[in-house]
Amino acid sequence: MTSSGIIDRFKTGLWHDNPGLVQLLGLCPLLAVTSSFVNGLGLGIATLAVLIASNCLVSATRRWIQSEIRIPIYVLIIASLVTCVELIFKAWFPALDRSLGIFIPLIVTNCAIVARAEVFASRNPVGSSIADGLVMGSGFALLLMAIGAFRELLGQGSLFARMDMLIGGEPMRGLVFSDGGWLLAILPPGAFFSLALAIAVKNSIDRRRREKRQQAMPGHGRRATR
Amino acid sequence: MTTTMFRSGVTLAVIAAVCTALVALTYRLTAERIVANEQAWLERSLQPALSGLFYDSGVTESKIIIPPPHELPGSEAAIVYRVYAEAAPVAALFVVSARDGYAGPIRILIGIDTMGVVTGIHVLEHRETPGLGDRVESTKSDWVKQFDGRSLLDPEPTGWAIKGDGGQFDQLTGASVTPRAIIKAIKETLLYFEAHSEEIFATVIPETDKEKTEQ
Repeated sequence: MTSSGIIDRFKTGLWHDNPGLVQLLGLCPLLAVTSSFVNGLGLGIATLAVLIASNCLVSATRRWIQSEIRIPIYVLIIASLVTCVELIFKAWFPALDRSLGIFIPLIVTNCAIVARAEVFASRNPVGSSIADGLVMGSGFALLLMAIGAFRELLGQGSLFARMDMLIGGEPMRGLVFSDGGWLLAILPPGAFFSLALAIAVKNSIDRRRREKRQQAMPGHGRRATR
Repeated sequence: MTTTMFRSGVTLAVIAAVCTALVALTYRLTAERIVANEQAWLERSLQPALSGLFYDSGVTESKIIIPPPHELPGSEAAIVYRVYAEAAPVAALFVVSARDGYAGPIRILIGIDTMGVVTGIHVLEHRETPGLGDRVESTKSDWVKQFDGRSLLDPEPTGWAIKGDGGQFDQLTGASVTPRAIIKAIKETLLYFEAHSEEIFATVIPETDKEKTEQ
């Protein structure tokens, strides 16, 4: 793969076809755990790991899987991987596991993962599928982190609090900007507002870019972008 | 047709076996650490009620479970850890649930020494409103510290209420239901301990149970 190909794929996963922002997949964990940056990062890492591993396994076994039974097999593979990730979290990041609670096992139900298995990994070679898992997982993880940081900043007046859950050590308060904050941001409605805002910002950036391109190349007409 | 079904069945079986092996292997590799983490978490969560006490190790092994119905707060089983120093009783740590929180039960650790004095309170689990009721957590405010050193003599049982209700204890701005529930739970636990402390320290853990907890 050429280096420009890799950059293009990252652009696709992180921006043009971001699983959370554009495909709107995996909204349940996205909305539920993003009350702080560290929660978003933790679930992002877990989802990324499952996505890479499941893409790899689905792609490696794709020649033996008959299409009639592919869905049960994807479910089997994803569920086992999620259980492994859950055990690993319990062993090495117990505090984060407590904080994320049920949402680690619920990665099984994240449709972004089964979607990548069906759309990409079942039709492409292993290396390419791992790369796809990496970019799509990163796109999802970055969105979780961005929304987590935004809600934490607004709702608690801090940023990167409790990073000790991930890296160990004494409880950390992170960067504290104010004592307390706008309560709504960490309540469930805040999650919807934040996601809506993120989607709106992305769409407006896309539109501005498109308009600029049209001005630069008049007569080229509107290019269909997502 | 039958061959396709047979092939599908075999494929599924093989993949199921591989996946199960993967999970089993991860479990073997992590089991020890997970048990150690849970033990460490339990010991750490009991710490707020043990600070300032001298005690023998093995507090977590002295656990007894008081099944409902009991006069303690909450309708589920209460857990008591007994603390000894050189085999003499020092304190009892209760894990009880206050029923009447704003959003579901509040799991509280209440430490009481043999004189009936509170050694420490720690909220273990709750679903109170973030930013309001959750300031009962010791990481968020010092509210629970005000109970340290208090007993049923200080104040008298009638004073075990928030100031707004004519009691002696501070409330939290914007949240009175949560403090009210916690104070009530502490008071009920103190009353229970006053009546049953001898029984609690006299309870011997049957050997079979001990083996179970060790496993």
